[in-house]
Amino acid sequence: MSNASKPDNQIDQLSKKFDQFETMLNGSKGSIHETRKAAIAHFLKNGFPTSKNEEYKYTDLDKAVSKTIDFSLEPNASEFGASELEFGKIKDLDAYELVFVNGQYQTEQSSVPNLDGVIITDFKEALSSDSDVIKNHYSKYASFEKDELVALNTGFSINGSVIRIKKNQTIDKPIVLRYINSVVNDQTQNHPRNLIVAEESSSASVIEIYGDVGDHVSFTNEVTEIVIAENSQLDHYKLQLNSNKAFYTGTTQVMQASSSRFRSYTFTVAGSIIRNNLNVDQDGEGCETHMYGLYLLNGNSHVDNHTTVDHKKPNSYSNELYKGILDDKSKGVFNGKIYVRPEAQKTNAFQSNKNILLTVNAIVNSKPLLEIWADDVKCSHGCTTGQLDEEALFYMQARGLSKDSARSLLLYAFATEVLETVEIEPVKAYLEKIISDRLH
Amino acid sequence: MSKDDQILEEFTSKEYEHGWTVDIDSDQAPKGLNEDIIRFISAKKEEPQWLLDWRLDAFRVWSKMQEPHWANVTFPSINYQDIIYYSAPKQKVQSKSLDEVDPELLETFKKLGISLEEQKRLTGVAVDAVIDSVSVATTFKDKLGELGIIFCSFSEAVKEHPELVKKYLGSVVPVSDNYYAALNSAVFSDGSFCYIPKGVRCPMELSTYFRINAANTGQFERTLIVAEDNSYVSYLEGCTAPMRDENQLHAAVVEIYVKADAEVKYSTVQNWYPGDKNGKGGIYNLVTKRGICAGNNAKLSWTQVETGSAVTWKYPSCILKGDNSSGEFYSVAVTNNYQQADTGTKMIHIGRNTKSRIVSKGVSAGYSQNSYRGQVYVMKRATGARNFSQCDSLLMGNKCGAHTFPYIDIENKSSMVEHEATTSKIGEDQIFYCTQRGIDEESAVALIVNGYCKEVLNQLPMEFAVEAQKLLALTLEGSVG
Repeated sequence: MSNASKPDNQIDQLSKKFDQFETMLNGSKGSIHETRKAAIAHFLKNGFPTSKNEEYKYTDLDKAVSKTIDFSLEPNASEFGASELEFGKIKDLDAYELVFVNGQYQTEQSSVPNLDGVIITDFKEALSSDSDVIKNHYSKYASFEKDELVALNTGFSINGSVIRIKKNQTIDKPIVLRYINSVVNDQTQNHPRNLIVAEESSSASVIEIYGDVGDHVSFTNEVTEIVIAENSQLDHYKLQLNSNKAFYTGTTQVMQASSSRFRSYTFTVAGSIIRNNLNVDQDGEGCETHMYGLYLLNGNSHVDNHTTVDHKKPNSYSNELYKGILDDKSKGVFNGKIYVRPEAQKTNAFQSNKNILLTVNAIVNSKPLLEIWADDVKCSHGCTTGQLDEEALFYMQARGLSKDSARSLLLYAFATEVLETVEIEPVKAYLEKIISDRLH
Repeated sequence: MSKDDQILEEFTSKEYEHGWTVDIDSDQAPKGLNEDIIRFISAKKEEPQWLLDWRLDAFRVWSKMQEPHWANVTFPSINYQDIIYYSAPKQKVQSKSLDEVDPELLETFKKLGISLEEQKRLTGVAVDAVIDSVSVATTFKDKLGELGIIFCSFSEAVKEHPELVKKYLGSVVPVSDNYYAALNSAVFSDGSFCYIPKGVRCPMELSTYFRINAANTGQFERTLIVAEDNSYVSYLEGCTAPMRDENQLHAAVVEIYVKADAEVKYSTVQNWYPGDKNGKGGIYNLVTKRGICAGNNAKLSWTQVETGSAVTWKYPSCILKGDNSSGEFYSVAVTNNYQQADTGTKMIHIGRNTKSRIVSKGVSAGYSQNSYRGQVYVMKRATGARNFSQCDSLLMGNKCGAHTFPYIDIENKSSMVEHEATTSKIGEDQIFYCTQRGIDEESAVALIVNGYCKEVLNQLPMEFAVEAQKLLALTLEGSVG
């Protein structure tokens, strides 16, 4: 860090940063600027969430950020090498892709053909062309009044992606959004903002990839708003390939209409502090939601997954499975909420969180919550924390496997339950490789 | 089901069975709370100086604390200056036997259905009955005395066994533990004290009956149970309160100290007045209950059946400090009309190979809100800790809510912690099965609920189990899903 900063300086730094940001925008503030101003005012008033906030009880962002992140730094160089541009690229994956390094859209690297069925643009371009998607949907779902991190992102929202899948269209290839932090020379901070709109009876997969190149600290605060119209299907992946010095906070806010299906996949393999908020509103009948998560942690990593499913209408379904393997001094936090509103009769909601602790220093804090106001429902949650089964280990050792390979085999099997839900083969293969490298 | 409305109507018009008041002249402190009131209480009870100091200390701590608001319950804020903190039935000399006890008092118990003579003769249960803060008569004292067991009112224990009280009072629930515990420590008026000497197995169930009688009095009992090495006791607590429009505050503290190889079972059936069908009146039950398994192989078991109170805020907890010690929590919480319950447990694993088991069954009907809130905390040195939690909720009608807030904090890799929760309603097929076989819908519900709670009810001593089953059926009468 170039200069030591005191805790309250963070807010001052960000306040100045916003003034600079406004100057930089100059004439091209766009229709959303009033929202930005309101959001940043909210953030500056409240600051980063502390552990006194029940939602951030186990993840004191204020403390973590104030020690490490220097918000006064100017954005660094705009030239990037292949190591940044190629990072996190999935082999053999045929996809439409948007690439961002330190928040800047890389036109050369991105491949967004003109298609009939889908419009994929970077956020800046969508803003300048005054897109209807932004007008109708931006900041309509992720409320900055409810979460300081959303407020911070909304204040600085300029970089990111806007995807509109048109009515009755099925997109043939996955859409990849790759956000790379270049931290070779110094720290960097980014606030990616994504807006994904799936119109009626459409279907698509979106893969967000986050990563770091370099040895410095990065800070990413991302917000994705997803709207799924009637009869549509959307699969949403988050691959967090960050370095062990990364601070990442992300909010995915989903709005589902009747008979829609949403599937979410979150994979985390490292990070200093990772916080994922996944909030799904089922605002129609017959919705289906699947949420899968896998976190493999070592070192001092701290990962906090918060999920919420709000069942508002009848006949819906949700299923959640989050699994974690914690090594060294890592810490895993899980908080899952299921709300079933009085109107949402015949809801089926399931939730499961399973953890394996590998060392005496690893910690798990799990809080699976059910809040139910309707009577004709089936809801359950389960949570287990334990270690590898000694008998299973012995069984394999007795058959000639070394202790290490028996152990990694069992851990791999534990992870597979989540992994096998991935339907895109190259993504699955890519994750399989990362996981098996880590476990051996 | 067209019958629903009719049955619900019938049910909601059901009046609280134990709603009556008996005019007993009572000796009251003036309303309000300050150091003088505490001195007044202490003086009334002829307490030694150290206890007065302890109370005053608690009062000072309490004055600086904030009322907690995190629980999933809402109720109008309590005016702590508008409560009478001491109310003793007038009685001149301490009675030696039941014959000397005020006949009107005995009548009170008869109405409750726990005639002391009856109990004494037929059930062999030693009862320490507490009406509004002062313990009026303790039965079977001599018989217990032969074994060296001390079972008496708290004030008596202060006089006769000050060294024991001084040693253990506040050792499990310290003065500054929480808002209501601090309040209780400052103003507690009476309660029960129980001491089981080394190697003694208490031959009978010890039982206390609490009852809030005088209007506008908060009841603040203090229970202290100490089980020496290798001893055993099963302790029962039952509560009722008459009907009052204003909400009455009940902030009790129960402390249990379990030494090596000892076992304590603590069972509660709580049916304080829950308020009328519009949510008016009822008891605020804000209780701190905690036990410590201080020695190795100690065992502590909480069983509770909660059917009453307008607001319940109660988390009987176990601190598992000794190696191989075990803690259990069995709970049935039933809420109806506008009742709110936020209850659960804390299992704190400190010692090696400690085990805990949580079985919680919630039933909500009417407009009630029923929450389970619990923590399982496995500390770093608790190698080989094991926990199993099961929290089930049953919903009847679509105006009520069931909520689960488990906290699972694990800091040790060799522990096995499992948590399971389900929420559902009574299946139509289950009801159909019963009605088809000639059991009417209402009895079918009672049958199914009883079966659902059986795992917990089985833990209760016989006398209580019968009462608890009756209470369940009564509370849920008519609320067919």
